[in-house]
Amino acid sequence: MIARLLEGVPRRGLLILLALLALFLVFPFFVGGYLLAVLFLILYFAFVGQAWNIMMGFAGQLSLGHALYVGLGAYAAAALYVHFGISPWIGLGASIAISALAGAVIGFLAFRFGIAGVYFAILTIAFAEFARIGFDHFDWVHGSSGLFLPVANYTENDLWNLRGSPSIFYYLMLAMTVAAFLFCHVLLRSRMGYYWLAIRESPEAAQALGINVFRYKMYAVVLSAAMTSLAGVVFAFYYNNLFPEQVFHISRSIELILGPIIGGIGTLVGPLVGAFLLTALAEGMREVMLQLGVDVPGVKQVFYGVCLLLVVMFLPDGVWPPLSKALGLDRKPTDRGEG
Amino acid sequence: MPVEIYLNVAASGLLTGLVYGLMALGLSVIFGVVRVVNFAHGEMMAVGMYIAILAFALLGLDPLIMMLPIATVLFALGYLLQAGIINPFINRPEHSQFMLLVAVALILVNVQLIVFGPDARGVQTFYSFDSYQLGPLIVDASKVYAAAAALVVAAGLFAFFKFTLLGKAIRACADNYDGALVVGLNVKRLYALTFGIGAACVGAAGAMLVPIVDVVPAIGPAFTLLAFVIVITGGLGSMPGALLGGVLIGVTEALGGVLLVPSAKSMFAFGLLVLVLLFRPQGILGRKAT
Amino acid sequence: MAALLEVDGISKSFSGLRAVQDVSFTVPEGEIVGLIGPNGAGKTTCFNVIAGVFQPDAGAVRLAGDPIGGWRPDQVCRAGLARTFQLVKPFADLTVMENVIVGALNNCRTVAEAREKSSSVVEKLGLWSKRDQAAKALTLPERKRLEIARALATGPRILLLDEVMAGLRPTEMNTMVALFRELNASTGLTILLIEHVMRAVMALSRKVVVLHHGQVISSGTPDEVTRDPAVLESYLGEEAL
Repeated sequence: MIARLLEGVPRRGLLILLALLALFLVFPFFVGGYLLAVLFLILYFAFVGQAWNIMMGFAGQLSLGHALYVGLGAYAAAALYVHFGISPWIGLGASIAISALAGAVIGFLAFRFGIAGVYFAILTIAFAEFARIGFDHFDWVHGSSGLFLPVANYTENDLWNLRGSPSIFYYLMLAMTVAAFLFCHVLLRSRMGYYWLAIRESPEAAQALGINVFRYKMYAVVLSAAMTSLAGVVFAFYYNNLFPEQVFHISRSIELILGPIIGGIGTLVGPLVGAFLLTALAEGMREVMLQLGVDVPGVKQVFYGVCLLLVVMFLPDGVWPPLSKALGLDRKPTDRGEG
Repeated sequence: MPVEIYLNVAASGLLTGLVYGLMALGLSVIFGVVRVVNFAHGEMMAVGMYIAILAFALLGLDPLIMMLPIATVLFALGYLLQAGIINPFINRPEHSQFMLLVAVALILVNVQLIVFGPDARGVQTFYSFDSYQLGPLIVDASKVYAAAAALVVAAGLFAFFKFTLLGKAIRACADNYDGALVVGLNVKRLYALTFGIGAACVGAAGAMLVPIVDVVPAIGPAFTLLAFVIVITGGLGSMPGALLGGVLIGVTEALGGVLLVPSAKSMFAFGLLVLVLLFRPQGILGRKAT
Repeated sequence: MAALLEVDGISKSFSGLRAVQDVSFTVPEGEIVGLIGPNGAGKTTCFNVIAGVFQPDAGAVRLAGDPIGGWRPDQVCRAGLARTFQLVKPFADLTVMENVIVGALNNCRTVAEAREKSSSVVEKLGLWSKRDQAAKALTLPERKRLEIARALATGPRILLLDEVMAGLRPTEMNTMVALFRELNASTGLTILLIEHVMRAVMALSRKVVVLHHGQVISSGTPDEVTRDPAVLESYLGEEAL
């Protein structure tokens, strides 16, 4: 099975990935708290970027309201923990179920009624906004006052309840990102992967070849939503507080799509590269500005905006395709693999 | 609650709605002609609003007087945006162009945040606390002036598109891109002009709204979304539709705020949006997209 | 010979304009049938009704006796009817092989099986040397062949071809005609083709159906049909006769 997994993957690429994995595994032993938090963010954005990429890059549906699924996942697991002491490992079942349902509803409404393209994007925004305002008045999760998790004792690691030092979250996120990467790699080579790409390229032709376009679009949306909700669970237990205003805000939705767009929509490595570039550059910039004595909120976002603008204008396929050529990692895809 | 309160609230909503309509009109014009979804629409309006606030704070000029200068500045901004950033990439797929404007919006909002900070700013004019009485209705003077200004601008816009040569040329581009090229129209320049006009509308609307609302950088994205809701409800590409949608949203928002929890009033707008997208995606007065 | 495809009295209007009116014809199993007629006669509309893109306003469509009228395009394909598009729709960013694999997945259980099946189809259509190239890099004749390969890979009982000869040079056309003849002879593949290029129609079809203004005005062997005055009139106009 491993052999099949590795079929078509260039040897050099595999070595680079393994080297990176090894690096990430040992990072916590060498870096301080701040850098660890930055690395966590990189992994977080790589993961949600990958999840979003399934809908956009594979099935071609632009969602600008993905914060909805992060928020639903976060609140579900957090509320169950706060009110009933239920471990997030069990609570995530509820997170996945609720997010998947939300995704299914949005997908159904959109695809049944033929809402596509920009209209679909606006629909997703509308739902996220709906949740943002709705949760502000949702008393069971304390609405706009915020839902707080009992703060962890940082010296004791409770893996079952996800309480403990930042490094357990780091490793958890690392595991999730690696799993997501492998999962998407397998997915792309499967029937579903082929069908999604076909739908993305030409829904009409796809349908004429026997593909039930509605059903496969739904799969993409529901899968994407479910995956994203897992990130929400980690989000809730890492930050220990949730405010609807922040969690569901449209800036969250835009933030999480920056990675895949800048890295390369529809590619497997794109979200990773994008998340890394963006976060690393942004934090680097912040460091420089702190040295200069400037600490103004909003500078990072302007930077993101400029990056996005430049990439969309001059590197429409993202940074990864030209980068992979330069590294000699692109090869004739006789089999849908790394791309 | 006595009926007068509802009527007052509705009237107030109607007046504000007319200004919303003007803002949405700009979006509708841009989409109707250039076929670009201006995701930075509200943020551009916020630019106009901040200019008005600065003018008031530094020079004591009333926002309504500043309407024309602001509209001009925004016209230039819109023109440059279209000419410099969108026109060169006009053959890219739809979502690509969309992302361009998302990026512009992101930049605008945060530059505003950096320059003006997150605190709310407002303008208090000499008529801020005046009101007019019309039978049982009591309406704010600032809203009446704003609504009147909005109607004047909208009427001017209608006239421009219907009677002037330039307006007709722009409409030709909207109807048939290739046909317009064939008859020798400089379509890209006309696109830039149109974007400029749409931006000018939104700038003017912003100036009108400054006496009525508090301005924070976050108001940009909120109004972008509102503009979309209005335009989609009223009909993308339909000018009367934008005004109608604006009034509809203005009134439902106002009434919703009174009947339910005030902070939940924008949920109405979104609920309406979802319904329209599902059952009548071309909006109330729109034509089906070609 | 039993009719594989039966079109029975179908009509279709668009906003009051009658594109197809009470059209009936059959395609016998194992035959190549041509559907011809002047521009605007309703040929592609007919195809689209058969293939499930449009729902007929009236009438029935049957494949091997089973009704498929009003089915979705993907259901029609799974039932054994594949079609090509007049304006080809390749999966631009996918390679030739990947394009065909998508088609092959229609009746293969695994991707590996689909890849095997696709290899032989790609080779048969003369695209083997380009199998790893992105579809967007192909020339128009190559894209047409890709379109056919993709449709063939779905393993159909009947293949609907929509003006595949348009834009091809004579040598390319001959290759195409030979290919269809071979497919028909060796696998018994039934073919219904819309064509404007008379040479191809005459060379391939045993039976020809003529549409004009949305109605069937003639049907028979190519010889019979080309001598039918009604057909000549529809193409050349009354005065020309």
